[in-house]
Amino acid sequence: MPHDHHLKDPHTEQRLFRNRMLVAIVGVIVLLGVLVARFYNLQVVNYDDYRTQSDENRIQVRSVAPTRGLVYDRNGLLLADNRASYNLSIVRERVRDLDATLELIGHLIRLDDSDVAKFRKRMKRPRPFEPVPLRFRLSEEEIARISVNQFRMPGVSVQAELVRHYALGDLFAHSVGYVGRISDRDLSNFTQEDVRLYRGTNSIGKVGLERSYEKTLLGEVGYENVEINARGRVLRVLERQDPKPGAALTLHLDARLQQVASDALGDRRGAVVAIDVNTGGVLAFVSKPSFDPNLFVTGISFADYRALSDSLDVPLFNRAVQGQYPPGSTLKPLMSLGGLEAGLITRETKIKDPGFYKLPNDPRIYRDHIRWGHGEKVDLIHAMAQSCDVYFWDMAHRWDIDGMHDMAAHFGLGSKTGIDLPMERSGLFPSRDWKRGARGMPWFPGDSLNTVLGQGFVLATPLQLAVMTATIANRGTHYRPQMVKTINGVEQPAEILHNLEAHPGNWDLVFEGMEAVVNRSFGTGKRAGKDLDFRVAGKSGTAQVVGIAQGARYDSEALQERHRDHALFVAFAPVDKPSIAVAVLVENGEAGGAVAAPVARELFAEWVPRTETQVKTARDVSFTEGAGNG
Amino acid sequence: MGSRDFSHRLSDAHGSLRKPVSLARRLHIDVPLLVLLLVLASVGLGVLFSASGGDMNYVRRQSIFMCLAFMGMFIVAQVPLDFFRRWSPWAYLGGCALLVGVLLFGTGAKGAQRWLEIAGFRFQPSEVMKLGVPMMVAAFLHQRAQPPSLMTVLGALAIVAIPAALIVRQPDLGTSILIAASGLFALYLAGLSWKMIGAAGLGALVSAWPIWQWGLRDYQRQRILTLLNPHDDRLGAGWNIFNSKAAIGSGGVYGKGYLQGTQSQLDFLPESHTDFIIAVLAEEWGMRGVLLLLLLYILVIARGIYISFMAQHLFGRLLAGSITLTFFVYVFVNIGMVTGLLPVVGVPLPIISYGGTSLITLMAGFGILMAVGTERRRVHF
Repeated sequence: MPHDHHLKDPHTEQRLFRNRMLVAIVGVIVLLGVLVARFYNLQVVNYDDYRTQSDENRIQVRSVAPTRGLVYDRNGLLLADNRASYNLSIVRERVRDLDATLELIGHLIRLDDSDVAKFRKRMKRPRPFEPVPLRFRLSEEEIARISVNQFRMPGVSVQAELVRHYALGDLFAHSVGYVGRISDRDLSNFTQEDVRLYRGTNSIGKVGLERSYEKTLLGEVGYENVEINARGRVLRVLERQDPKPGAALTLHLDARLQQVASDALGDRRGAVVAIDVNTGGVLAFVSKPSFDPNLFVTGISFADYRALSDSLDVPLFNRAVQGQYPPGSTLKPLMSLGGLEAGLITRETKIKDPGFYKLPNDPRIYRDHIRWGHGEKVDLIHAMAQSCDVYFWDMAHRWDIDGMHDMAAHFGLGSKTGIDLPMERSGLFPSRDWKRGARGMPWFPGDSLNTVLGQGFVLATPLQLAVMTATIANRGTHYRPQMVKTINGVEQPAEILHNLEAHPGNWDLVFEGMEAVVNRSFGTGKRAGKDLDFRVAGKSGTAQVVGIAQGARYDSEALQERHRDHALFVAFAPVDKPSIAVAVLVENGEAGGAVAAPVARELFAEWVPRTETQVKTARDVSFTEGAGNG
Repeated sequence: MGSRDFSHRLSDAHGSLRKPVSLARRLHIDVPLLVLLLVLASVGLGVLFSASGGDMNYVRRQSIFMCLAFMGMFIVAQVPLDFFRRWSPWAYLGGCALLVGVLLFGTGAKGAQRWLEIAGFRFQPSEVMKLGVPMMVAAFLHQRAQPPSLMTVLGALAIVAIPAALIVRQPDLGTSILIAASGLFALYLAGLSWKMIGAAGLGALVSAWPIWQWGLRDYQRQRILTLLNPHDDRLGAGWNIFNSKAAIGSGGVYGKGYLQGTQSQLDFLPESHTDFIIAVLAEEWGMRGVLLLLLLYILVIARGIYISFMAQHLFGRLLAGSITLTFFVYVFVNIGMVTGLLPVVGVPLPIISYGGTSLITLMAGFGILMAVGTERRRVHF
């Protein structure tokens, strides 16, 4: 550093410094005086109080865990509540010989090695004098045995705890989800504030709504000041601040509809999602096979977990939001609208379908799924009703992929729907940029042919297909799907993500085509409207199976079955005033029209008559009140 | 109080060229300071043994830290002051870069990022800045005319503000305030005009509200509120204070005796071996023990002030003064926190609390004090 040439006067500098330091010394002395005064105040003036406090009887602050918020279906049926359960807990500080105590307990009640191992892990929680649970869900007999021997085991006690209970078990395992014990991994993600919030609480939402609404359901911890004697007995409660219970959630889900959907799927693997067309509320949400969420609440046993995680049918996998499948022909209504809007086809456009399609300058032959073709003059309605591939190939060839991609994006394909559930997957809808980025390849005309049929790169979750269908039923109003209807009675507003402006005539055509699928003699989805007194519109699809789940056991028959195509069906009803949109996926079900459409029909049969009576009663009420707005 | 020379064996500034130079002087050791620090270290180990519930492991580990820290102090004491002055900008800039690094790739616990892991070795860059900031401010002021002009003051404030802001983001409010204080002490000692200090005080009062609203994290606000109303979180910070007060108060004048503190021994007191260790001393040794410890601290501070008075140049003077006053602030903030006068900001009690990182920094600071105190009088530049 070069030295600058300020005039420096060492004496002035020193004097200045010394004056400043003297002032600082005065400050130091004053602050020291404050500290000494504080110690005098604590150790001399208030000595007696503190002495008493710390002598035989000590004041202890104990956390009081809040009760977790309840979860109801739309009709007020309890899906998740809390039930009393009795745990054996140990206060480490009061046990003289832990190993001996554990051994004694082991003689009295059933105690696995894993219980002990987990207990030793839990003991590391840094709250002194907090009872640490050793065994959960004691039976009446076990409680009695412990009580009789209590005097031999200081520091051991039976404690009541509220434990989460799922009344309908596996029916809501994938939607409501489950809570589990707070694990080390949860703890490592805790902020300071979380550490405070979870004092006294042992459970945390792991999956489903229990996880996404964790903070809403949790509530606010309370505390009590208790006086305890040297043996740890509570003498009296000095003050208490009650915990605030967690907020109650009412869902859009309807337990009866959920049951219908689950029964309709039967023992097959698959998913059903039904959405309220007018709000985006999710009415049914099924992924099968399912599991009993109650197993996880106080810690699942190793054997149970192995059974679930090793199963070839992956019951823990939430097919409705995590399963990504090629949507197949279920995209055709959306593609038709896009083609109509882009001016590539009109109502009158007819093509000749020889049963295959050839791109110009490309020797490859694309075969329709009906070898002999759909005939000489196939128009849009026909092409939808019979799922004619050549018609759509002809259109896709003339349509720019980015236009196709944008149209699909309007309906929520290729990105997360934003549902209030965790672990949602985004699916995929390809574009030129995506292919360059992900595959390092240009876009080929053949790619467009695959994409328009919902194959090739395209992937969608059953939830996305339901949202797409609801958006079509709404004529372009795209709602965010929502599970939760009210929080503590406060209605959660429906959220419109955007509105797609399209020509009304074009919407009419798409509706007509989807209705033809269900109602025309040659339609592929006839079973969706069987014996119903209202009109249904839908579209079938098949998803080609690319990979198969690798099972631990080799079972040729099962594996062969797993090579079959997935059956898909999307539909909404009633056509003239849509109230419900449904997406059905049956894994390895082969044909969408035959296998998946009847499932959708069951949901319509259950739901639509109920909404119509609701509309009627609402109208009756308005008449009686004289509002008269028929 | 204050500037009495403890040892006449040590030559003062005027005699250094005529008297034979003592061994201590040649090794750049300030004997009174060394003795005081050794006494404090022994007290610390004694209290730690009790606070950790008679766990020799803690004591053993802390002894190793102490040895390392004392060695570090001796090494730092050998460095000529001019070297510090010339290199302080680089140390400072390096420290700032590390702080940015912490924010980008730091590791930490409970939502705070304070450590950098380099080759498996964890360290806290904010520790480096505890000495880097006062050094930089002192070097900066050393270059300029005294008392500092307005531009100089603004420059010094910028030097303080950058690392302080980076550390607040970690978030580590306690360390940030202490580092800012160390830089401001240097500025104050250089003769910052009272008018400016008054203006700054007013400014602080005015800006307090917006900082409260937008500058603090939730948990920091929570801590301050807890202090004002410990009933708010009777299970967290409030619990610690509640119990530390009970431990201190029940010690009375004479204490309950070594290893006899019921609060400390029965695990009522979390952090009893780190930030809250003085509660253990107060419970077991009573007010006598506390006053003795405070006396030891005062003697260290007095010696530090004496060294700063005797320093040859502005740089050493400011640095020694700032290190000494900051040391006092550490003591005051920690004890204030444990006795419930100040918010819980997580400041250890110097030399007594368990922990290696802060101890090493602290002793390096005393090494600098020794380097200042034993500086040869060079020809005046």
